[in-house]
Amino acid sequence: MANSPSSTLEKPIKRTARDYKSDVVSDWCPGCGDFGIVAAVQGVYAELGIENHDVISYSGVGCSSKSPHLMQTYGVHTLHGRSIPFATGTAMCNTDVRVVVTGGDGDGYGIGAGHFLHAGRRNMNITYLVYNNAVYGLTKGQASPTLDLGEQPKSLPAPNPNNSVDPLALAVSAGYTFVARSYAYNRKHLMETLKRAMNHNGMAIVDILQPCPSYNNLHTKDWYGEDIEISGNMFPRVYDIEAEGYNGKVSNPADAEEVNRKEIQALTKIREQDERVALGVFWEIDQPTFMDRIAPLNPKLAKTSSYKMEIADEQGKPLVDLTDVYAEFRTDTY
Amino acid sequence: MTATEIVNHFSWTIGGPQGTGVDSSANLFLRSCAVAGLYCYGKREYHSTIKTSHSYTQVRVSGNPIHCHVDDVHLLTTYEKTAPFEHADEIVDGGAFIFDPKVTDPSELDLKDSVLQIPVPYDEILDELAEELSLPAAKVKIMKNTLAVGASLALVDFDMQYVERGLKGIFTGRKAKLVGNNVRAAQKGYDYVKNFKIDGTPVSELFNYRLEAQPDAEPQMIVTGTQAVALGKLKAGCMFQTYYPITPASDESVYLESQMHSTGINVVQAEDEISSVCMAVGGALTGTRSATSTSCPGFGLMAEGIGWAAINEVPFVIFDYQRGGPATGLPTRHEQGDLLFASFISHGFPPRIVIAPSDMTEYYTMAFESFNMADQYQTPVIVVTDKCLGNNTASIPLFDENSLRIDRGKLASQDELDRLASLSPELRGQYKRFEFTEDGVSPRVNLGQPNGLFWNTGDEHDEFGHITEDPENRIKMLAKRQKKLETALANIPQDQQYELIGPEDADITILTWGSSKGPLIDAMGPLASDGIRYNILVVKMMQPFPAKGVADILNKAKTKIGFEMNATAQLAQLTMMETGIAMDHQVKKWTGRPISESEAISSIRDIVKNQAKEVVLTYGK
Repeated sequence: MANSPSSTLEKPIKRTARDYKSDVVSDWCPGCGDFGIVAAVQGVYAELGIENHDVISYSGVGCSSKSPHLMQTYGVHTLHGRSIPFATGTAMCNTDVRVVVTGGDGDGYGIGAGHFLHAGRRNMNITYLVYNNAVYGLTKGQASPTLDLGEQPKSLPAPNPNNSVDPLALAVSAGYTFVARSYAYNRKHLMETLKRAMNHNGMAIVDILQPCPSYNNLHTKDWYGEDIEISGNMFPRVYDIEAEGYNGKVSNPADAEEVNRKEIQALTKIREQDERVALGVFWEIDQPTFMDRIAPLNPKLAKTSSYKMEIADEQGKPLVDLTDVYAEFRTDTY
Repeated sequence: MTATEIVNHFSWTIGGPQGTGVDSSANLFLRSCAVAGLYCYGKREYHSTIKTSHSYTQVRVSGNPIHCHVDDVHLLTTYEKTAPFEHADEIVDGGAFIFDPKVTDPSELDLKDSVLQIPVPYDEILDELAEELSLPAAKVKIMKNTLAVGASLALVDFDMQYVERGLKGIFTGRKAKLVGNNVRAAQKGYDYVKNFKIDGTPVSELFNYRLEAQPDAEPQMIVTGTQAVALGKLKAGCMFQTYYPITPASDESVYLESQMHSTGINVVQAEDEISSVCMAVGGALTGTRSATSTSCPGFGLMAEGIGWAAINEVPFVIFDYQRGGPATGLPTRHEQGDLLFASFISHGFPPRIVIAPSDMTEYYTMAFESFNMADQYQTPVIVVTDKCLGNNTASIPLFDENSLRIDRGKLASQDELDRLASLSPELRGQYKRFEFTEDGVSPRVNLGQPNGLFWNTGDEHDEFGHITEDPENRIKMLAKRQKKLETALANIPQDQQYELIGPEDADITILTWGSSKGPLIDAMGPLASDGIRYNILVVKMMQPFPAKGVADILNKAKTKIGFEMNATAQLAQLTMMETGIAMDHQVKKWTGRPISESEAISSIRDIVKNQAKEVVLTYGK
């Protein structure tokens, strides 16, 4: 997985998370959930042994969208809400690199909601990590699309008058082929989920719950860590659905009955009314990606990747031969 | 035959509700004439509906190159009841009118007395044809438009072998079997009109216009502007095109999509224009030549993405096919209303190159060159085109490919990246993508290259691309980006920046751009015989603006006339801003219908003879 195998530098055999840390010092608030997520992502890269230059870290705008600058990989910090289309262009033109998109809940489910939806329809091979803290942190704590109706974190002058969206239910119905949720302070679950998402061939989303210590005083680290009482018994607030026997993976995508059953199961689990917070992989299916689907329509592209196509010879003469194409326009060919 | 025979100077209009075969008739007429070695220009007008609303095409044919339409209609051909009401009054004295007597009563129309009236009983002729071909009537009925072309060409004594060749050019591949029956249909129409007499004289002898083949003429290409652009992009090696459906730009992308199989280009329909522009930039970052095409409202949505690409020095190309604005405006009509918007699009004045091709050939060559400019100066290139040339059809000389060269600009080779990495191992493969250089251009690397790690950000950034708000860096980095425009202005060949057409010593200079050039070229001959001499200053690069070259030419002129298709004289405004030179007179139009040769003649004459300060043109349906 490289543009060119000619690099002469020796690569360390055993990689560590530190190899993926850039020289940039983060400017996030102390106690921010983002730190844990970035460290987990770097840890996963080390475990997977990925070359730094093979990763393209994309993001939108917001606190979490500064993540690419902390990664010793290619980093593309785009526009608010537009990380997905930028990343899609890259993934379509260079199928040899690994495209990982980071963004916040406002970035992805608010201003970028349209792109978030259509990314599912295309099913490009992209891993999308949403750092979800229910507020717009970088602009001082306004309500994000995942803040529930009536909630009032400390910087809101009045309770939230909007319903919240359910990004995972949207993702399943839009065509995402890997839909999961994790939590910033459950390092083990997060790393395991990230690894599965990155190994998935297709459009994967991991919605990562995280506290915002500066502006979300409702869903704090303590709140996530509490045990809660349900019908007289105490349970941890955050739990792993797969540890309770849930299996969201479709084993045979050609089996319409199984696909249907698993999809209903996923949507039911995602929409379940429960005081607890469910983590895990809700939905996973192998489906042809956008590039698979267009391969028969574009045999030249199917054999390579756009960025590798030769378009000029050494003198700069164009290599694209349009002789046959011109024939239909010329007056002397019929 | 009459004494005043007019050879190879002809204008033919066909109209009818959209979806009734008007476009097919026009295509066949134009193609047949072009195959016969004649020069053709087809002006297409249509509504923002799919069926029923009135559409029409005027095909102008000449023995010499032509660059626009004319107001006169020499022959109007119709086969249903609405078009006659729309166009009968446009037919000139001594012109002719073909109609279906079953649905049209000429006495109800505003026809000049001298117009020849030629009723063609389409249904009866088609019934005859059905019998001759032993085909059901319904299968023959759809050839009414072919019959209409045959009928029209009989009047000008056209050689029917070229209609057969025209049909062969239209019906290719699996459709080739349709050629034979269509030839018969055209011949039926031809024979009917040839045998039609008025007061005992064959009507074609009463008609003064003739189309004579020029078999020794050089071969031509018949293209629309959108096709010419698509071909230029393919030749340039554009391998990634994104778009969102919009009139009139989509024709280009849809055509490119039809060439995916043969060329390998990937054409992607995005969910909106914001996505289109961002996807194209994401593609360009991999080193793939990438582009997007849109029209006015979609172009507005691209503003932020263009700014991002500019601050990140990403080479890519955006086409804006202008139509009537603002908002949805006149979605299927022509205007040159985006010049100032394109020149200043996006907040904070990000550097960009804005060019405006002015004819079909330039739609091809400047589409090709736009990618070189993008790569060489590492900045978005906005190509401002319009509905007039975009949707119109012209026969033009074959494209000259021999001089075309692809230049990808400054690139960091893998060897260089590896060398730098071994010199500075502490950088761990980081590369100064935005290194300060004398000409402002830093060697580019593509995402994914080993030892080329850099960062992109919409924030101001340092040489590696990391965010910084340091004022010293801000001063240097902004200057570096702006410097590229100076470099571009110094290096882009002058003929791609502006062009002076006509006698250099003329007292009158007319300043224009884009498709408005065409009528000024065609009006030059007729006005010269009127004693009016002028040259045309066509500005083709709007950003960076070639202020010195333009000023030098304007300063020599005794009379300066601005001539463009918008309400606010945008090129005149831009020229004033960049050179301090004002126009003495201004010609404007904003009806959505392009400026004709006839209007160019009348407006320039009005200015020269009557010293009109401003002429507002209004002709056309």
